[in-house]
Amino acid sequence: MSIELLIPLLAAAVQSGTPVLFATLGELVTERSGTLNLGVEGMLLMGAFSGFFVCILTGSPWLGFVAGGVGAMLLASLHGLVTIVFLGNQVVSGLALTILGVGLADFLGQPFIGQKVAGFSKYALPGLADLPALGPIFFRQDALVYCSYLAAPLVWFLFARTSLGLALDAAGENPKAAKAAGLSVASLRWFGLLAGAFLAGLGGAYLSLAYTQFWTSNLSAGRGWIAVALVIFAFWRPRGAVLGAYLFGGVMAFQLRLQAAGANLPSSLLLMLPYAMTILALIAANLRKGRAGAPAALGVNVEPEE
Amino acid sequence: MRLYAIRRQEPLKWGSCLVFPAALAFSLAFCCLLLAIQGKPPLTGLASLFAGAFGSHHALQDTLLKAVPIFLCALGVAVAFRMQIWNIGAEGQYALGAVGATWAALAFPDAPRPVLIPLMLLSGGLAGGMWALIPALLKVRLRVNEIISTLMLNYIGINFLDWLVYGAWKDPASFGFPMTARFSPSALFPRLPGTRLHLGLALCALAGVAVWLWLSRTRLGYEVKAAGSGPRASVYARMDYGFLVCLVMAVCGVLAGTAGLTETVASAGRLQPSIMAGYGYTAIVVAWLARLNPLSIAVAAFLLAGLRVGVENLQLSLQVPAAFGGILEGCILLSVLAGQFVTGFRFRVERDEGRAETEGAA
Repeated sequence: MSIELLIPLLAAAVQSGTPVLFATLGELVTERSGTLNLGVEGMLLMGAFSGFFVCILTGSPWLGFVAGGVGAMLLASLHGLVTIVFLGNQVVSGLALTILGVGLADFLGQPFIGQKVAGFSKYALPGLADLPALGPIFFRQDALVYCSYLAAPLVWFLFARTSLGLALDAAGENPKAAKAAGLSVASLRWFGLLAGAFLAGLGGAYLSLAYTQFWTSNLSAGRGWIAVALVIFAFWRPRGAVLGAYLFGGVMAFQLRLQAAGANLPSSLLLMLPYAMTILALIAANLRKGRAGAPAALGVNVEPEE
Repeated sequence: MRLYAIRRQEPLKWGSCLVFPAALAFSLAFCCLLLAIQGKPPLTGLASLFAGAFGSHHALQDTLLKAVPIFLCALGVAVAFRMQIWNIGAEGQYALGAVGATWAALAFPDAPRPVLIPLMLLSGGLAGGMWALIPALLKVRLRVNEIISTLMLNYIGINFLDWLVYGAWKDPASFGFPMTARFSPSALFPRLPGTRLHLGLALCALAGVAVWLWLSRTRLGYEVKAAGSGPRASVYARMDYGFLVCLVMAVCGVLAGTAGLTETVASAGRLQPSIMAGYGYTAIVVAWLARLNPLSIAVAAFLLAGLRVGVENLQLSLQVPAAFGGILEGCILLSVLAGQFVTGFRFRVERDEGRAETEGAA
């Protein structure tokens, strides 16, 4: 493939990888604090809708972007209520959250189907945009993509350099010890859940405000589930999340290009590609040996003691 | 004063009789609120929902028919969940069951009914079962998380079905619509005279009793339930965990596949994308509401099928989007999950004043 074709493809990979990156980082934060939230797909869609709605209402895409995060946090707080407060099963509650979130976004968004929004347009970063190859791929994107460049180092910094990150890990690895050390496991898990949901919601808002810039049903098309898989692929590390998200962005962009180029392949076969790749990625991740796995207390509720 | 929650030794027996109606009422109230926000009369909506689901002879038949695929999928999901295998893949296994049965129906259009229907049950069930074995083997051999793999296989299975009906199996006489040709009359399920009730209901009864007997009366069924405590426990008990995983997944696949073929044959009489209505996900709600118990699954499947039929009626009468059903289901499941806290825990109130006094005296 020639370089003239490759660079636009990679730029498109960064674009379609961005929502997955936000969602993967979010789920990573949540899971490291010990909560498994399978509601990412629902949170993405709620984020996409809240972002779109607030942007239409106020005319400000930035307010919309933040509203996307807040919308997903509101939805995720139900998961917190069910699992952290009422100690319900985390797997089933997460599934319920997806069912509810997908339904709510579809229901509330019904009147807006097909409507356009003045979202984020491309903005070349002065200086960086003129770098050979890297410029057109990474630095002629919209503002939200640049935000996502900040999100990954922030999450890394949180876990590698702050005591809050350490405490979150403690809540996910060994809640009993964390409690004995005087930490409030419930508050830490609430923080992990809501911070993760906020990130996922930003990813959702990216979908409606930058990626498509119009409203249609099922904008996320399984990206939330791919994000859940990528957290495993990334071994719960931010660096792996970045790699995984752009890899999948690449697969999705490639599949869209092939469709647009009128490749002699039925679209339903091409649409399988990202999902099949997800399974392959998980197999590949599991074949690597000697690496740390999931947080030890992931998905395990902390019961009150007498 | 502080409130303590302590886990009960045995969960309250009558608890779910209390929690489920409360969750249902809460969810319906929430949905009424949503209707009101959109400027639609909530009480009329509620009435239309119930009339559509249970209000007439016709409505009850609709509900009963819709309960068939939901029950079969939920039964399968419950078997896997019993072993803490989180199989979210009923939707894809359902799709493959429909594809498998369609293959038989299209390949042998001239076969007589007593041959063709068993053949379709076999090919549909087999296709669903094989599809479910993929994530089972991935889990056992390569430790791939089954939640993700079953979900991804749903997307792949649905696209596979689409690929067939948009391509190789498309009926040339369908004016470009994605659907296969109508099945021959001998492929269609026999119906109870005077009603639309068909063979699928008998299949449900058969499957329900078989699963119940299997889980409660056989050694293998006992092992499945015991293996729910994890691979380690089953190794100590000298049970083959990997085999049990494959077994429950295959059983779920066969049941979901049967659901898919029932829906293809009985409701459409041909394969078309519209048979994918999300029953595989509703099944998860049903299985959990019924606490994985086959008899309760029948009741819960009927209720949730009723809600689905009711929402269809609501769509017609008040132009409410179909997504309303998802909201209702998600809301019911979340509130039941939260409500089960009451059945699993008891509460104790402890006054702080007493302690404060003793501390003061010391």
